[in-house]
Amino acid sequence: MRALCALFGRELSLAWGRGGGPLLALAFYAAVATLLPLASGREPERLAAIAPGVAWLALALAALLSLERLFERDYEDGALDLLAVGPIPLEAVAAIKCLAQWLAAGAPLALAAPVAAIALGAPPASAPLMFACALIGGLAFAFVGGLGASLALGSRRGGLLIAVIVLPLFAPPVIFGAGALSSLTAGLPWTGGFLLLCAYSAAAAGLSPFAMAAACRNALS
Amino acid sequence: MVGRNGAGKTSLLRAIAGLLPPSAGTIGFEGPDGALDPHDARAAGLHMVGHHDGLKPGRTAREELLFQAAWAGGGDIDEAVRALDLIRLLDLEVRRLSAGQRRRVALARLLAAPRALWLLDEPMAPLDADHRRGVGEAMTRHLADGGMIVAAVHDPLPVPARSVQVGA
Repeated sequence: MRALCALFGRELSLAWGRGGGPLLALAFYAAVATLLPLASGREPERLAAIAPGVAWLALALAALLSLERLFERDYEDGALDLLAVGPIPLEAVAAIKCLAQWLAAGAPLALAAPVAAIALGAPPASAPLMFACALIGGLAFAFVGGLGASLALGSRRGGLLIAVIVLPLFAPPVIFGAGALSSLTAGLPWTGGFLLLCAYSAAAAGLSPFAMAAACRNALS
Repeated sequence: MVGRNGAGKTSLLRAIAGLLPPSAGTIGFEGPDGALDPHDARAAGLHMVGHHDGLKPGRTAREELLFQAAWAGGGDIDEAVRALDLIRLLDLEVRRLSAGQRRRVALARLLAAPRALWLLDEPMAPLDADHRRGVGEAMTRHLADGGMIVAAVHDPLPVPARSVQVGA
C-alpha cells in the first residue's frame, strides 16, 4: 500500500510538470477551441450548432499533448526497470500512471470544456452534462492514450505514432459524448449516449492496463 | 562478472532481475524453506542498479530517494544518506548532479530498503576514489550480514569476490 501511494504521488507530480503541465494543456485547448470556429464561420446559430463537437474535438487533441512522455521518459532513464521489478504488478503501475495523467491533465480540461462550449454559444444548462462527459471521456482518453504511448515505446517520432494509434480509438467517446450533448440541446433523451460513454471509459480503464503492461515488458526485453 | 563489452553481463543481470527472458535455461530462487515463487522473490528480494540511474531530472534527489525507498518497501533514508555522503545533494534537482553524484543517489536505495540480493551493473564506474571506498564499505557490510551481490565490473570490486568470465 505504501508503494502504491508513493507511486501515485510521484506520477501525479510528474504528470503535473509533464509537457508544461495543466496550464499549457488548457492554453492549447483554448487555442484549438478558438481556431475551429474561425474556420467554420462566425454566425451565432452555426456556432451554437457545432459548439459541443468543437469542445469535444479540442478535448481529444489536448489529451494527446503529454502522452509521449507517459512511458517514454521512464523507459529512457531506466525508471521503468525499477517499476517493472517492484512490489506492484506492471498492470497496476500502468493503471496508476494513467489515473495520475487523468487527474493532472484530464480534470482541468473537464473544467474548461463547459466554459469553451458556452463561449461558443451552447446553452448554459448543458454545462453540467458537458463537464460530466468531459471528465468521464477524459478517463477513456487517458487509458487509451496510455495504450498508444506504451505501444510506441522506443520508436522514433513516438508522438506521431501515438496520435495515429490513438485517434481512431478516440472516435467512440467523441461520438457518444458529442451525441449526448447535442441530444440534450435538442431536447431529446441523452442518457443513452452518456451511458455508452461511461461504458467505453470503464472498458478502457479495465482492459488497457493489461495491454500496456505487455507492451512495456516487450519494450524492456 | 567480468568480460568484454557486449559479452552479455548486463543481459545476465537483467535476466536475473526478470526483465529479460533467458534464451536458454531457467533462473530460480531458493529461500531457507525451498524454492520461491520467482515473481515474489524478485519483488521482495532484489535490487537492481543499472547503467541508467532511473532518476527524474526535474525532481530533487530527496524526492527520488524517498520514492525509491518507499517503492522498495524501505523507509528511513538517513543511514543511506550518511553512508553515501548525500546530505548536501538532497535538495538539488537531479539534472544538476554529476554522473557520479547521480549514481550515489541511485545506490542509496540499496541501503534505504534492505534486500538480500544486489544486482549491480558497473556500480563504481562514475564514482571518485573516496566514494568507491564508501560504497565498498557498504558492500562489505551487506555481505557480512549474509547478503549477496552479483555485479558486472571491469575493475575489481574492493570486496572479496569470486570472478566469473562471461562470454569467454
